[in-house]
Amino acid sequence: MSQPSEAREAVGDYKAGWHDPENSTIRFDFGLSEKVVRDISELKSEPEWMTEMRLKAYRHFTERPMPDWGNTEVLEGIDFDNVCYFLRSSDETGETWEDVPEDIRNTFERLGIPEAEQKWLSGVTAQYESETVYHSIREDLEKQGVVFLDMDSGLKEYEEIVRRYFGTVVPFSDNKFSALNTAVWSGGSFIYVPKGVSVEMPVQAYFRINAKNMGQFERTLIIADEGSSIHYVEGCTAPTYSTDSLHSAVVELIALPGAHIRYTTVQNWSNNVYNLVTKRGVAHEDSKIEWVDGNIGSKLTMKYPAVILKGEGSHAEVISVAYAGAGQHQDAGAKVHHLASNTTSNILSKSISKDGGRGSYRGMAKIMPKAENCRMNIVCDALILDEGSRSDTYPTMEVGNASAHCEHEASVSKVGDEQLFYLMSRGHTEAEALGMIVNGFFEPFTKELPMEYAVELNKLMALEMEGSIG
Amino acid sequence: MSGEKPILTISNLHVGIEGTPILKGIDIIIPSGEIHAIMGRNGSGKTTAANVIMGHPSYDIEDGDVLLSGESILDMEPWERSRSGVFLSFQYPQSVPGLQVGNFLRKSVSSVRGDEAAKGSAFREDLKNAMSKLNIPSSFLSRYVNDGFSGGEKKRFEILQMMLLKPRLAVLDETDSGLDIDGIRTVAEGINEVVRGTENGALIITHYSRILEHVKPDRIHVMIGGKIVASGGPGLASLLEENGYDWLEERVAEGEVFE
Repeated sequence: MSQPSEAREAVGDYKAGWHDPENSTIRFDFGLSEKVVRDISELKSEPEWMTEMRLKAYRHFTERPMPDWGNTEVLEGIDFDNVCYFLRSSDETGETWEDVPEDIRNTFERLGIPEAEQKWLSGVTAQYESETVYHSIREDLEKQGVVFLDMDSGLKEYEEIVRRYFGTVVPFSDNKFSALNTAVWSGGSFIYVPKGVSVEMPVQAYFRINAKNMGQFERTLIIADEGSSIHYVEGCTAPTYSTDSLHSAVVELIALPGAHIRYTTVQNWSNNVYNLVTKRGVAHEDSKIEWVDGNIGSKLTMKYPAVILKGEGSHAEVISVAYAGAGQHQDAGAKVHHLASNTTSNILSKSISKDGGRGSYRGMAKIMPKAENCRMNIVCDALILDEGSRSDTYPTMEVGNASAHCEHEASVSKVGDEQLFYLMSRGHTEAEALGMIVNGFFEPFTKELPMEYAVELNKLMALEMEGSIG
Repeated sequence: MSGEKPILTISNLHVGIEGTPILKGIDIIIPSGEIHAIMGRNGSGKTTAANVIMGHPSYDIEDGDVLLSGESILDMEPWERSRSGVFLSFQYPQSVPGLQVGNFLRKSVSSVRGDEAAKGSAFREDLKNAMSKLNIPSSFLSRYVNDGFSGGEKKRFEILQMMLLKPRLAVLDETDSGLDIDGIRTVAEGINEVVRGTENGALIITHYSRILEHVKPDRIHVMIGGKIVASGGPGLASLLEENGYDWLEERVAEGEVFE
């Protein structure tokens, strides 16, 4: 049963903080065990190799210690025994919104998803708790052979492709949370774009956690075949509760020669969500992978979108922004490994901290000895809005080849009284002035977003600024 | 109220910052339709006067009052003053990276003059006219506010904002510094357009008389050490230009009154 009064107390200014009654058709008890892992796999009637992989990953997870870096204190606060690892809220995936249970449909309507779908998207999946409840793709794309499914259906319908690529970019042994995800994954997207096909309008996946103490472990795999291109957008929200939820996704991208993948995230978790995500792409010859990553909410985010530049002439772009408010720590950044010659990368990271929040940039950029004529460019900027808020930078660069061209710039700035006074003298209240400064700071990121998202993000930030000025 | 009350009345204004007195009893009255100038050397308190009129939070008002059309504005926030018709052209305008000039101008006009004024073709016409008068190219609109602007561009942008916000009282702090002769003439035309033949007023703060040749202020006040030591007609500017502040200071010390 829901407890609206408690939820209401905690909601504050977070716009997506409401929750629906928890009407589940299947709900696992709290806690993780080999049985839970087997049950998930069995419930989904998975092939044996997947069950085996899950079990191996589960064992690795139990043996693997927690990371000894990052915000270990907050990380230690995760109570793995007090998490629900699987919750099915609808027995089938709707092909039209009418097929989606009413409560859930209302939630996605409030979040504006059906409207966005009609206006500017090529396809949509909507995941609620552990599984996808709605899925659609434009007919013309389907005819061209574009596959856009939830990951469970992907495994059923395209087992061979999934088996070939699943876990090749992010093996379960990569880190404790990739092991956890591999053990209990459910939902996420499976995308295959055939050779030479360009998907002009973005496809979007929307992830919503509704239940308390929920664990969401979606798994996404995108394969862009030679010379193809796709733009994938994901959005995330959750209700505000006084207890914590865990979101631990794994995303794997494969850009085959000449392909282009852009992966855009606008994550706006409520501040009771641990967001511990592993995102990585492999770029083959002359391909391009772009991560456009926006982190607004959550209690602790640890996320470093990565690109392995494996093929000659490939390119990586990582643009990330993070906003850390009261009680939040955004530990975000990027990783790029230049394995091949003539590869290029740009990393732009911007963080804002306010009301005691903490923003960290953590980056790893590596050029291997055999990779000739590589270029990398890293810029990280931090904006601190008040005393007591914090920003740190942990950049690592390893350059193994003398022909490399590397640039690194970092800046930390504070919003000055003079800057606020200037804007206020033009008729803008203090909150409006702060909103202008903050939106301006994020502009290099927002200009990369689809327009509708950029507008939303600017509004969201303006709201964040209003919330705190008395 | 048409012209009955002065647009700006500063009376017996005492201002300090962290216990150090800066303005030691200032009196200035600007009747509507008039342009006045405050001249003085660096450190005489001119910029403090400008900031206090706009409502800068760092200063302590120890005594006296500042009235806009007869109403005290000292209890108002800077943005409230702006919406009531006060404008300050800054000596050192602040940059806001990522905030586009066009977007900012529209938002400011909307805040100060209301949503209607910032909409549609009326706004666009206004903007186009003002920009062409100030020789500002349209590419300027997609740049970021004062970010990477030259000194001259910053000053022109201040005047552009003034022309669009149509203030009742414009205070211009060293707007002429960093401008060449053409720039000064252009800026002066902007000021004249906002004030001459209207019921508005302007206060020009400068330590050179050059801009005053083009604006022809109705009255000049000379500030030394936080006090107005002399007030007079346009002739006072030329006297200062010829003889310098030291000369004036000696005359004042000897009891000569410039009126």
